[in-house]
Amino acid sequence: MFGISGGAVIPFFDELYHETEIRNILVRHEQCAAHMADGFARASGRPGVCVATSGPGATNLTTGIANAYMDSIPVVALTGQVSCRPVPGSSYLVGTDAFQEADTVGIMTPVTKYCTQVRSAEEIPPTIKEAFHIASTGRTGPVLIDIPVDTQRDELDFNYPRNLDLRGYKPPQKTPHPLQIKKAAEMLKEAERPMILSGGGTIISGAAKELTELAEFLMTPVTTSLMGKGSIPEDHPLSLGVIGMHGTTEGMRTTLETDLIMAVGLRFSDRTTCKIPLFKRDAKIIHIDIDSAEIGKNIETDIPIVADAKMALKAIYKELSKTTSKRKKSAWYDRIEELRQSVAEEKEEEEGLKVPRMLKELRKIVPRDAIICTEVGQNQSWTAIYFDIYKPRTFITSGGLGTMGFGFPAALGAKVARPDTPVLDIAGDGSFNMTNQELATSNFHDIPVVVIILNNRMLGMVAQWQRLFYGRRYSGVDLGTVPDFVKLAESYGAHGTRVGSYKEVGKAVKEALKSDTTTVIDVPISMEDNVYPMVPAGKGFDEIVTG
Amino acid sequence: MNETQIISAIVEHKPGVLYKVSNLFRRRNYNIESISVGAAEIEGTARVTITVNENEQKTEQVIKQLNKLVEVIKVSRLDASNMVAREMALVKVHIANPSARSDIVQYANIFRSRIVDVSPDSMTIEVTGDSSKIDALIELMKGFGLKEIARTGITALARGARSTKLEE
Repeated sequence: MFGISGGAVIPFFDELYHETEIRNILVRHEQCAAHMADGFARASGRPGVCVATSGPGATNLTTGIANAYMDSIPVVALTGQVSCRPVPGSSYLVGTDAFQEADTVGIMTPVTKYCTQVRSAEEIPPTIKEAFHIASTGRTGPVLIDIPVDTQRDELDFNYPRNLDLRGYKPPQKTPHPLQIKKAAEMLKEAERPMILSGGGTIISGAAKELTELAEFLMTPVTTSLMGKGSIPEDHPLSLGVIGMHGTTEGMRTTLETDLIMAVGLRFSDRTTCKIPLFKRDAKIIHIDIDSAEIGKNIETDIPIVADAKMALKAIYKELSKTTSKRKKSAWYDRIEELRQSVAEEKEEEEGLKVPRMLKELRKIVPRDAIICTEVGQNQSWTAIYFDIYKPRTFITSGGLGTMGFGFPAALGAKVARPDTPVLDIAGDGSFNMTNQELATSNFHDIPVVVIILNNRMLGMVAQWQRLFYGRRYSGVDLGTVPDFVKLAESYGAHGTRVGSYKEVGKAVKEALKSDTTTVIDVPISMEDNVYPMVPAGKGFDEIVTG
Repeated sequence: MNETQIISAIVEHKPGVLYKVSNLFRRRNYNIESISVGAAEIEGTARVTITVNENEQKTEQVIKQLNKLVEVIKVSRLDASNMVAREMALVKVHIANPSARSDIVQYANIFRSRIVDVSPDSMTIEVTGDSSKIDALIELMKGFGLKEIARTGITALARGARSTKLEE
């Protein structure tokens, strides 16, 4: 549980005073409590819990909750609220603009899967049970319970209900419709140049193994969305990496040539498809998703399958293996190899410390199962393209909301969930400056992670756009005096170090991985570096810019 | 092509639910033409009748998104050829001279509406029907001088045995 105390949650925290089973982690800003709960959930698959007081505590949570909502992450948030029952002589009451009152349910409704306010202590146990159920079933997502402080003080005989009474909550059946599976299998068999595009749903559903098996059976290349990174080991011969606004050239060229896209657990976000007609061309689309509202929302589908990704993939595999045997290498496979080779040949060695090469060298040092978090901006896109991920739930990034400052607290949350796994945050200086006060949390609660700051003293991604599309008019991106991150880390009791070569970065990371304290590695890089490949806004995969 | 569609939803009859329903429309960029709410046949539930003017794809999306709200128990789209849809309006008309009074009463009769309030210089008509009938009466009353109008928005049910009721 990650949270901060405050006036409207004192009775709640008072109960935690003698609590030994719940690990209570005091954070330094409520937004980070939500991000930590989010990182915890992404790393473990279990809902993360965050707590904040009423008013500013709750409004500070909002960004973190919206972030979890966009990426369908199960988080349960508890907020304090001013009293809901009148007491004679007091106007500390919901609806009176009382001290630290904010309309939390009103604010959170559009960014949660469900949120509600309890009005009595009796409502608390069933509502908590409902919250965990709703957050972790169907299309997972954040749930918030607003708990007025007077209900926290009430006493009652605790009775955790066995059954839920939720007549309006109807998550879709996990099992796919057999007829749709039959049609999908038929279409996959007939396709000459099929491709799998995997999203975050594959990871959430635990379907990475099934996805890889199906890809191997069909000898089908696999691309992923940013959220789907880790659905297939990225050193697998069939993996083509991430596609989208920033993705691999081979992945996007393959998309341009495919005649069937089987999309698994994703919502065809604008960052993934770029210009839709060029993404889709004449390809047929099989769309597997647990949320029926995602089917047909952004793109027309030939075969919709509303189901859990794992169950759908298993069913398709079974259906296919009835009538066909495992495919051998085909002309399509050779074509993919050809594309991959041609891209490899295009790349040239550049002078100075360049992030792509640094990330590739880091990959050799960092253990295969380490968890990699990113912030948002150039650091995120570089990592997506150049840092291979081998296992599901080991790549943690803010995909939908694009929240700068997410990576560091998420890394701390992930480390709490998986204390024996190394956790790294690949950051930018701009993002890290948004949440670096959590170095205090990391130190105080012994949560050691490794932060690598790609420090260009700029809001790099926006600067890249201004360089490429706005005549180098750098407006609102020059961060000027960036703090000395080494001293900053040390002032919080963490290690800090500054390195300037590939070799030094490697050495620093190796040492950091052994340390039981958080290490901040400051890596100054050029302000002028762009992330490539990129698809400019409003363009399609045919206009990919490779540098 | 946009067309008027009527969506009928059974929801939890609790505080804040109407906010969640209407907020969903705002957030998803759908327009509500009219909305009417009242208690439904099962205790603790309310029926919300929403009229939208959207194309097929968007209407489908509205229904799917509404279905995802935990407080929404059931959503259906009413078939325009097989439903009863009604609206009620109160129309207060200015009476400029005594002869207007009898004309208004006659018009009200033609529209099978009733005079529900009279004062020295106004009359209030209660009219029920489909929206076009109400539009027509209001248009007619403009000639006399409209003082105020209150319309309920459309409320509707499927015809015959087909129901949008909750299965128990």
